[in-house]
Amino acid sequence: MSRPVLQVTDLKKIYGTGEATVHALSGATMTVHRGDYVAIMGSSGSGKSTLMNILGALDIPTSGSYLLDGVDVSRLSDGQLALARNRLIGFIFQAFNLIPRTTAVANVELPLAYAGVKPKERRRRAMEALDVVGLADRAGHEPNQLSGGQQQRVAVARALVTEPALLLADEPTGNLDSKSTDDVLQVFDDLSAAGRTIVIITHEDEVGARAKRLIRLVDGAIVTDVRQSPIHLPPVGAIRRSAGRAVVAGRHSL
Amino acid sequence: MNFFEVVRFSLRGLNANKLRSALTMLGILIGVAAVILLVAVGNGSAKTISDRIEALGTNTITVMSAGRGGSSSTALTRDMADALIDPELAPDVKSVSPVVSSSSATMTYEGTDHSVATFVGTTPTWFAASTTPVGRGSAFTSDDVDQGRRVVVIGKTVAEELFPGVDPLDKQVTVGGALFTIVGVLDEKSSTGFNDGNDTAVAPLTAVQQVLTGYGALTSIIVEAANPDKVDAAQAEVSTILNQKLDVSSSSTSTPYRIQNASSLLETQTETADTFTTLLGAVAAISLLVGGIGITNIMLVTVTERTREIGIRKALGAPRRVILTQFLIEATLLSVLGGGLGVAAALIGAQFQIVGVQPVIVPSSIGLAVGVSVAIGLFFGGLPAARAARLRPIDALRYE
Repeated sequence: MSRPVLQVTDLKKIYGTGEATVHALSGATMTVHRGDYVAIMGSSGSGKSTLMNILGALDIPTSGSYLLDGVDVSRLSDGQLALARNRLIGFIFQAFNLIPRTTAVANVELPLAYAGVKPKERRRRAMEALDVVGLADRAGHEPNQLSGGQQQRVAVARALVTEPALLLADEPTGNLDSKSTDDVLQVFDDLSAAGRTIVIITHEDEVGARAKRLIRLVDGAIVTDVRQSPIHLPPVGAIRRSAGRAVVAGRHSL
Repeated sequence: MNFFEVVRFSLRGLNANKLRSALTMLGILIGVAAVILLVAVGNGSAKTISDRIEALGTNTITVMSAGRGGSSSTALTRDMADALIDPELAPDVKSVSPVVSSSSATMTYEGTDHSVATFVGTTPTWFAASTTPVGRGSAFTSDDVDQGRRVVVIGKTVAEELFPGVDPLDKQVTVGGALFTIVGVLDEKSSTGFNDGNDTAVAPLTAVQQVLTGYGALTSIIVEAANPDKVDAAQAEVSTILNQKLDVSSSSTSTPYRIQNASSLLETQTETADTFTTLLGAVAAISLLVGGIGITNIMLVTVTERTREIGIRKALGAPRRVILTQFLIEATLLSVLGGGLGVAAALIGAQFQIVGVQPVIVPSSIGLAVGVSVAIGLFFGGLPAARAARLRPIDALRYE
């Protein structure tokens, strides 16, 4: 098997000092291979958001090693970290985190701009990414003119526009109603079917059930790690959908 | 990511918040314009004053009696004036013009009355010493003075009042019951203060004494120095001679006469005007400071409010340098545009008279005002942005 996309070993994160010490992560070890679709579940306070922030190179662990696409993230300088976040990771937040008063397409273009892509090429790729999430017709809208589901789909487009090795989603459906949740999850299913590596954090069983692999986190440690479907096949949701609604599936293609 | 892209990001950032951008620029604009314009007004009024004083003649000394009642012991006499013309004791004195003046003379021509503000009786040297050249006709001569001939040179205002549309030369007017013949009209003179400098008439000393003032004390003696550099020397010579004439001991501190020196007057006035300019500049500097605090406040709020945005940008892979540059350019654009508009406003404002003063722009004030506003914008825009750009992305994202 090829080099793992993500490999963490004995990851620990400790907040505070002395009496008030909190072990948000107490020795998590996991490996994610290319094309996998992993859901990390756990109750609030189980350390899943801390894990996600470390995986996204937004935060640094107290101890333990983290290899991202074979690169040891803890040894990177500030500038190299920025580069890693730009090239290797696509991050999707619970609160969408689109830049306000900026059109959808400009938001999607942003990581490409930081990557130094020429404006014309940038626009083309941003429109492609918006097309994947089914929002090409809303390219000129600003975030406050879009629904929550649409905003999250723009955020997904922004995360995948750089074609990163890893898509990270932190409770992507936490702020959405069931209809929007379904839309966003469908996008994830399609992306997984197209071979993208996805790690998603959630506390909703419905979301976890669609992933190829389910990891449960309790008190900062991994307690179960279950493979729900084979890594080389499309995820359950995508199969179900392509059987039932083949016509709609044709719209999303990467 | 090239520089041009960062500039576009900055412009988008400014554009996203038009009202706040406009208000920030307005604050800088007013601060800069106020500094430049107020300093220009101070400078302009100083210039006006010095111009007026220079018009009086900078190489003349005016000797006046210090006594109020005109008692004989302190009065200036024709005799004293004559004594000042002394190539031995007073080599730097070019001319001496004894002056008597009356402010209550009424001139009548064919039933028209005009009250002349100052009716001066003097000698022909007065015209040169007081820089009051005769425009049309001619001045009277020393012979006219010796003979006490009743001839008169009138000012522009008098000519216009008494002779509307008529050539006043060689016409006869009645002053104090005596007939005077008009021999000349003075050139128009810029008015000093509230007095109309053109409402005047000049006649031979003897004639005025005979008709109007009587043979009493002189009003003043105007002494012209050989050149502007010799004014102080001439003043010393004049006081030596007068002290002898009036029996003032050299140790005495008070003299029965007063000497006014146009250049020392100029110095005093310039000092006053400088103080005035400094004061106006200080007031303007306070307004710039207040404007600066406004900029600082807005920049702080802007960056704090956008810390989350900085976090998002960092999470998407923006290097620290790009974020810092973006905010610095935003701050620079605001302060440079505001400063530039402020300079433009000040330059336009300086074309008009402000409270009766024509402002004269001081170039250094432009540099100072713009420099200060840009420095404030850069420093207080850059500092919080640098702090935010240094934050770990997760801390910036969590920032509320």
